[in-house]
Amino acid sequence: MAAIDPATFQRIDAFLTDYAHNLDDGLTDGWPAYFAADGLYQITTRENFEAGYPIGLMLCEGRGMMQDRMLALRTANVYEPQVFCHILGRPDIREASPGAYASRANFSVFRTMENGEASLFATGKYLDRIVIEAGAPLFKARRVILDSRCIDVLLVVPL
Amino acid sequence: MTQTTVAALSEPLAWPEGGVARVPFRVFSDAEIYALEQEKIFKGPIWNFLCMEVDVAKPGDVRTTWVGETPVVVTHDQDGKLHAMINRCAHKGALVCLKQKENRESLTCVYHAWNYSLDGQLQTVAFRNGLKGKGGMPEDFDASKHRLQPLRVATFCGLVFGTFSEETEPLDQYLGAPMSKFLDRNLGRPLKILGVHSQMIHNNWKLYAENVRDSYHATLLHTFYTTFKVNRLDMDGGIILSDKKWHHISYTKRATLQAEKEYETVHSGQYESQLAGPQLLNAWDEFDDGITHSIQTVFPTLVVHFTLNSLAVRYFVPRGVDKTELYWVFLGYERDTEAQSQMRVMQGNLTGAAGLVSLEDGCINEFVQRGTATSPEAKAFIEMGGKVAESNESSRATEASVRGFWHGYRSIMGFH
Repeated sequence: MAAIDPATFQRIDAFLTDYAHNLDDGLTDGWPAYFAADGLYQITTRENFEAGYPIGLMLCEGRGMMQDRMLALRTANVYEPQVFCHILGRPDIREASPGAYASRANFSVFRTMENGEASLFATGKYLDRIVIEAGAPLFKARRVILDSRCIDVLLVVPL
Repeated sequence: MTQTTVAALSEPLAWPEGGVARVPFRVFSDAEIYALEQEKIFKGPIWNFLCMEVDVAKPGDVRTTWVGETPVVVTHDQDGKLHAMINRCAHKGALVCLKQKENRESLTCVYHAWNYSLDGQLQTVAFRNGLKGKGGMPEDFDASKHRLQPLRVATFCGLVFGTFSEETEPLDQYLGAPMSKFLDRNLGRPLKILGVHSQMIHNNWKLYAENVRDSYHATLLHTFYTTFKVNRLDMDGGIILSDKKWHHISYTKRATLQAEKEYETVHSGQYESQLAGPQLLNAWDEFDDGITHSIQTVFPTLVVHFTLNSLAVRYFVPRGVDKTELYWVFLGYERDTEAQSQMRVMQGNLTGAAGLVSLEDGCINEFVQRGTATSPEAKAFIEMGGKVAESNESSRATEASVRGFWHGYRSIMGFH
């Protein structure tokens, strides 16, 4: 895969940062808009990823399924209030084909609960496919590969 | 096998009046009771789920697991036989196997290189005869007297079970005919693993054992079930308890829904929505008995669920008096077509640590733990559907299976 120019890197890097900041600010309704209409989002574990197991923790194919997830977490699912803080590693972005990019970046996500307790909730890597549509980057696919097989308490918000 | 002597509780537990319809909160937070359970239940007359047969499918396959808090290793020897042993070297007691899964010709403790065959027999001891004629084991050292402590092993429908107790009845009797038949319905063909993960829940293991037997809560707490008519109590369904009441089956027939007004007044009935991504619930009828959702338990810590086409084994491992690790093993059949596999994968969104119909169970039991921890003298009131533990094939508005769990628990623990 080919290296990319600094301007493209900067644009995609800003997109990745914006995604994380929006989730950290609790703006989950806007989350599906970071994806192409037929975009894929998956959270799985390193163990599943390496074994080739298709079922991870969360899988959305298309913005419709993403909207359902967001509606469910807002109105249906029951859980204690919690806020998240993403810490992103510097992404490695390559051009996979003209106008399509592959990106890999490490992340960690800290969770703070209602009682004030903060802890490391997840760590792992993003494996992304990014396309530029109408001048704006969008995820064609975002795979979140968690290092741990074990989730503390539950997982309800996308990472 | 030596049976560890269990010290009596420093303060005896008197079960409250009301029998299995009451549960003293003390049992969820008392460290002495928790320690007693390790001996009486997990090392007692029960079959513990160890792993899936597909985890140890080939000769040389080794899989680590737990029975209660005790680390255990399951092996598949060169003759095709399965063995289970405490994962503890006969020398100094170090863990012998460290990885979850591997394939090995024999087992070697990393500490002093004591080597065991796959059936747990001690084969070689490093420097047994010393070096240059000096050191080494005494003359009377007998390798055959030092082995990995074995468990009895039995398998059924792709599930591997183990027991420490000589008193445990044969597995088919332990399960009983109705339980075996339903396990065979769901698991009785070549299986393949589609995904695995776990979640740490911050509650005593028995709260999850209750929770997964509780057909009363399912459609109230788990809104998604109700809204999308995956599982409701106004569908035909029932509860079947095993002869000794330890195990249970809860089943639902989705096509029989006759909407009841009662659901209009509860939170779970308020969430009106059409799915924007309806492929989530694409499903096919796999069986001709009309059952579209079932939860089955095998005492103490095994669960098999089959929701639409989402099939999984769950098992939970106590990690302390107020901590439990819940494992999810998502399954399909070897015979599945690509389209069928795809439906199981999509429906994987329903359950697990992020499951649309199950994620609440990650926190609800913790809420009970936190609510009860400071009130050991108070008790739960469990009378929905009656005061006894009996099968009920006409209604799941009952806590009969929860009472069945306590029936088994009390008899094994000797809490009268």
